[in-house]
Amino acid sequence: MTIKHHISDDFLLEYAAGTLSEGWSLGVASHLALCPECRERLAAMEGAAGALLDKIDATSPGGSEEDAWARMKGRLGEIRVEEVLRDAPAPSAALATAGPQGVLPEPLRSYVGGDIHEVKWRALGRGAYQILIDTGDRTTQTRLLRIPAGKPVPEHTHQGRELTLVLSGSFRDEVDRFGRGDVEEADGSLLHQPKADEDQDCICLAVTEAPLKFSSWIVRLVQPILKI
Amino acid sequence: MAQALEPDAARRLLVTVAQTRNVDAFETLFRFYAPRVRSFMALKVRDRQVAEELMQETMASVWSKATQFDPERGHVSAWVFTIARNVRIDFYRRRRPQFDASDPVFVADSAPPADEEFEHRQDAKLLREAMATLPQEQIEVLQKAFFEDISHSTIAEELGLPIGTVKSRIRLAFAKLRSALEGRR
Repeated sequence: MTIKHHISDDFLLEYAAGTLSEGWSLGVASHLALCPECRERLAAMEGAAGALLDKIDATSPGGSEEDAWARMKGRLGEIRVEEVLRDAPAPSAALATAGPQGVLPEPLRSYVGGDIHEVKWRALGRGAYQILIDTGDRTTQTRLLRIPAGKPVPEHTHQGRELTLVLSGSFRDEVDRFGRGDVEEADGSLLHQPKADEDQDCICLAVTEAPLKFSSWIVRLVQPILKI
Repeated sequence: MAQALEPDAARRLLVTVAQTRNVDAFETLFRFYAPRVRSFMALKVRDRQVAEELMQETMASVWSKATQFDPERGHVSAWVFTIARNVRIDFYRRRRPQFDASDPVFVADSAPPADEEFEHRQDAKLLREAMATLPQEQIEVLQKAFFEDISHSTIAEELGLPIGTVKSRIRLAFAKLRSALEGRR
């Protein structure tokens, strides 16, 4: 299976620049773990940042380069040197399918507290389950959602940005079919009617803007059950 | 202030630092990057003293993490940028989750071609050449995005442009950079 739907330049650039908040960054980083192509794109963006850094206006107002270097040189002996080598590559070039190694990649797995079979799902009724993911980011809501196979979701629009990353199974909407590793980004302009495919439940990471306006399709799904 | 440091020279210097802890090699890197990192920090923190501290912290990490730089991939300047970015994120006590290449669920690149090292060195060169051809209005948006620590909607406000224009400049810039990189394959 090949990933067809990637992170937009918009999100990826904010991630590369370090301005993207924690909740969105969790979604982007989890896609990057599954998508070598987007890691190449990220590297190109960081390369562009490096090229711009070379050309930045570096005329320092007043500061002395000699003092700065003297201070640095004086510290070198005290700086603990990291002799560990670079991260070893993963054992094999696995395909983007949920293999025996697991479903949730890092950094998501640590946030959730284990893989999908090791953590407690909260039943939402009608066969749907969720896990709320705690981040320090008050501007987003982050959750794992399990949508029952074949289940349609009511038609709706979005108030804010939403990022959905498929981790297991697949869903379809007016845009396309989304499988493992695929990302769908949505904003107020998208009217869609996602439906989990028939063969298995669909597990997604959903990041939405907070405060919740009960507008995302994820929340629409659970709204009647929670009576909110 | 060092005015220029060629990518290949920077790579050799950093590898020397990693392998032998050579202070002279590090000094050459410091004299080129320290003023640039200080300017990068000053664009956000404004306070000169704080910018100086964050620069010192960044360059201390360049020294201590030199063994983690992969000379086969990317360019030293890109690597220094990521360290400076992370120092700035830590300073503001934000969190930026990252993938872990040693995680068993991580999907690695397909088998690298034999001349991958050469290709990545070419990439750094092609990227620089392509950057030089971008229109100033796209460069301006990228500089703000990378250096000023503001969202794309804030960039739009500051430039007095619709957000859609900012996003399309970003798309056009990276489409051009990517096609320059793909051209060599």
